[in-house]
Parts: sequence; structure tokens; C-alpha cells
Amino acid sequence: MTERDRSGAAADTLTGGGPRRGHVRGRGRGRRSAVPIPLLVPALVGLVFLLLPLLALLVRTPWRSLPDQLTSPEVWQALRLSLLCATAATVVSVVLGVPLAWLLARTEFPGRGFVRALVTLPLVLPPVVGGVALLLALGRNGVVGQWLDSWFGITLPFTTAGVVVAEAFVAMPFLVISVEGTLRAADPRYEEAAMTLGASRFTAFRRVTLPLIAPGVAAGAVLAWARALGEFGATITFAGNFPGRTQTMPLAVYLALQSDPAAAIALSLVLLAVSIAVLAGLRDRWMTAS
Amino acid sequence: MTRSARRTRRTLRVAGASVAALLALSACSSSDDSPAKPDSSAPASSSPKLSGTVTVFAAASLKESFTSLGKEFEEKYPGTKVTFSFGGSDSLAASITGGAPADVFASASPKTMKIVTDAKDAAGTPATFVRNQLEIATLPGNPDKIASLKDLTGSGLKVVLCDKEVPCGAAAQKALDASGLKLTPVSYEQDVKSALTKVELKEADAAVVYRTDVNAAGDRVEGVEFPESADAVNDYPIVLLKDAPNADAANAFIELVRSAEGRQVLTGAGFLKP
Repeated sequence: MTERDRSGAAADTLTGGGPRRGHVRGRGRGRRSAVPIPLLVPALVGLVFLLLPLLALLVRTPWRSLPDQLTSPEVWQALRLSLLCATAATVVSVVLGVPLAWLLARTEFPGRGFVRALVTLPLVLPPVVGGVALLLALGRNGVVGQWLDSWFGITLPFTTAGVVVAEAFVAMPFLVISVEGTLRAADPRYEEAAMTLGASRFTAFRRVTLPLIAPGVAAGAVLAWARALGEFGATITFAGNFPGRTQTMPLAVYLALQSDPAAAIALSLVLLAVSIAVLAGLRDRWMTAS
Repeated sequence: MTRSARRTRRTLRVAGASVAALLALSACSSSDDSPAKPDSSAPASSSPKLSGTVTVFAAASLKESFTSLGKEFEEKYPGTKVTFSFGGSDSLAASITGGAPADVFASASPKTMKIVTDAKDAAGTPATFVRNQLEIATLPGNPDKIASLKDLTGSGLKVVLCDKEVPCGAAAQKALDASGLKLTPVSYEQDVKSALTKVELKEADAAVVYRTDVNAAGDRVEGVEFPESADAVNDYPIVLLKDAPNADAANAFIELVRSAEGRQVLTGAGFLKP
């Protein structure tokens, strides 16, 4: 019966008021003992290791000149473009990535493990190499890009669409892996039950599976969005750097670092603050049942 | 209970090891990578017994010529090794002022050198060892018939420039200003090599880069000289760094760069004499 409770919890999250974790599992809640030292020490070291650089950034921030740095139109231009492109890249990732994750988790076909490994490749590919690969595929002279250019007159490099493509290429694997994991953990019997009651496979996916895995999709989307927001290498290689069109925040930070490290730190802070605000806002809403 | 005690001990040991590993990691940045200590008693240049690694931070445009000079240096002084870090002059300057362990800095503009000298990271005064002039890199065969800087402002051409923050971009801006031209590129690249790459991959129709880069790219691009480039010739300064781990060998390398044979390699690559 816990299975049903859990899926009910997942569905609850969809409608907003998600249950607190542990509400579902009655066991193990009351038996909270002290944290064992062998776990506590490395955990704290790990935490310090992750937070120290961020603290250093805050300590060295030129607070006095911060207002001047942040009122320049270039900053807002770059920030707006960053948010816009990261969101668009996330939408692309969800639209293409969720079905892909479903295919990998719910169907059997020869070479599935191999395909799965291929999907995760952009995770380990150095971003600049990813950018070059995108150029070779979708550039004006690329394998596919030359036809896009001659048939439809579409060229992706040096355009805002190119930024979205580069970010989606790097961010989509995060979403696919996260959704696929959720699908594997979700009970397929609900879908089967729906199908025995006459639903088609697609209807079962749309009406049963999707609500079931919504929190997983949301968590994956947040991950992908964050990754897309910080994307640098593939973007500058594939889409170039033009203020207002392809210069996202990470590119602006990198180039500011060349001449004015103080400005770069200020810009980084803006990006940090925005992403923390967005992630915190989403976390309360979404990431309860995972 | 002995079993649980043993387990705790094992986990403790693992935890201890991981903490130790982390400490070792944090320590290696400060102590592990100091190459052979400079022998302070040996004066430079008078047939010194040089050894160890020389770390040279050099502008991206120096890549081909410095790499071959590095090989020459290693042949000349057996037991030495020259390692290079090529990149945008500004990011190199930023790493040096950030405490990167380097012996020599060769930058593509006095402005970026000034970042290092202002931070008191240089030993002595930087010396200009070559100069570099801009050229237009076009697709092989120059299909767009580009013959001057003005032709780049024509509509429908995809032109890439270096960003104004990096030397090649500053020089291009200077040349444009001198000729009173307005040019809107499709991208401001982060260094000269990535600007050139865009033309090599045929993604852009032209780029304003250095003569030396056009030379290095061989027949993958075609160079077009333009008169305005004389208004924006870049001086390349080189300097020994103050905290050089291997100062003697570093000095010898700077000497080689400034010697007649060094100059020959550099002018062969398309650089101008200072």
C-alpha cells in the first residue's frame, strides 16, 4: 500500500501542496539517533570546500563600487539574455528530453545501453569541444547546417537561437538522466492498469505517467536550467560573443575579467543571486518529493 | 558489538583518509609544483649550468614561433624543459597577478604587460622583442573579393573581430577609428585564435587578425594587407617574473628570444622587427 501512498504524494506535489518528506514512510522517523562522527567530519569538510570559494567572492566584492557596476545597461542586457536563453534551452530540453527519457526507461530495443551512454556524452565532453562539434554539425558549412542554410536560409552561429542550441546541447543530458531515473523508480503497473482499461499508450503516458513523474521532471528541468545559465564554452564557440545578441552573463564575466576583475566579481554576484533566488523559489514549490 | 566497533573504526579510517586527501589537495597548490630551485650563485649567461623547467606564459599569437624556440632552447641546454601556457594576454596576466607560478611573460600588448608590472609581479623592465601588424583573413581564394578594410563594412558579410578587451581587438578598433570606418561584426571573439578559427571553419567570411596568424593558418585562409594596419601596430613586450621559480633558465630563454636566431624564427613567422 505504500506504493500507492507514494504515488499519491507525487501527484499531490503537482497540485502544489506537497507533503513533507517522511510523511509517507511511517518507519524510521522516530529513530533519529545522533549523526555518526565518521559521516559528520567528511560532510562538514565537503560543505566548507563547496562554500569557501563563494565566501571568498563575497569577501572580495568591491561593495562600494557595486552600484556603479550594476547600473550599466550592458549588465542588464547580458542578464536578460542569459535568463531568456537558459529558459528557452530548458523548454527545448523538456520537450525533447522527457520523451527520450521515456524511450530509454520504458522500451526495449537493441543497443539501448549504448544509446543511453551516448545521451550522457555531452556531460563529459569539454564544452568548447561541444561548441566545435555543434559548428561542424549545424554551422554554415556544417554537415547539416549547409542544407539548413541553402534550403531555408537558416544559420545558427552568431545568433540568439545558436545560444539556445548550445545551452540545450549541454543541459539536456541532465534532464534526461534525472527523468529516466524517476521513470525507473515509478511503478509501471499504473500505466498497465490504464491500458487494460482502454487507454492508448500515449494517453496512459499523458494522463498517468506524466503526473506521476512530474516532480522528477521539475527537478531535472531546474538542474538543466542552472547548467544552461552557467554555460560558457559551447556558447562562445558556437554562437560567438555579441552584446545583446549572444553575450550571455558568463561571457560578459569572462571578458570583464580581462580588464576589470572587480566588475567581473560584481557580475558573478548578480548571476549567483539570481540563480539562488530562482532555485530557492522553485525548491519550495517543487522539489519536495524526489 | 565488536563488529560494529570494527565497522566504526573502518569508517573512521576512511573518513580520516578523505580529510587527509583534501588537505593534501589544498597543500599541493603551494608546495608541490616548485621546479628546481634557481642556483643563486651562478651568474646568468656565462655558460651557466641550466636545468629544470622554464614556464613561459605567452600570448596566443606567439604559439608557433615560441614552440619552435622552446625546442631550440632544450637542445641548447640539455636538462632543461620549456613548458608553455598560451592564451589571451589578459587572462594570462590575470593568472600571473593571481599567483600562477611562471618564469616568463610575453604579452601581445604593453597594456596587458602593464597589468603585471603594476601588480609588482615583474622583475625588471619589459623589453619589446617583436611587433605585429594586422591583416584581414578571408576564405581561401577570397570569394568575396575583399581588398580593403572598407570592404568589410559591406552588408551581408559575416566578419569577426577580437573583443576590445584583448590586444588584437584593441588594435583593430584603432585601425577602424583611424580610417573613420564603422564595422559591426557578428561576434567579438575572446582571443585571436578563436577569431581565426571561425574563418577556417568557414563560419565567418573574414576576420581581422595578425599577419602571423594568417601565416600560421597556411592555405586554410588567405591574408589581405590593408594600409590602415600601419596605424595599429602592436608591440610585444617580454619580461622575467619576480617570483620566477627558475630565474636563470628563464633569463637564458629571454636572451634566446631576443637573439639573432630568435629574431629569425619570429620574423619567419610574420612578426616585424621592433
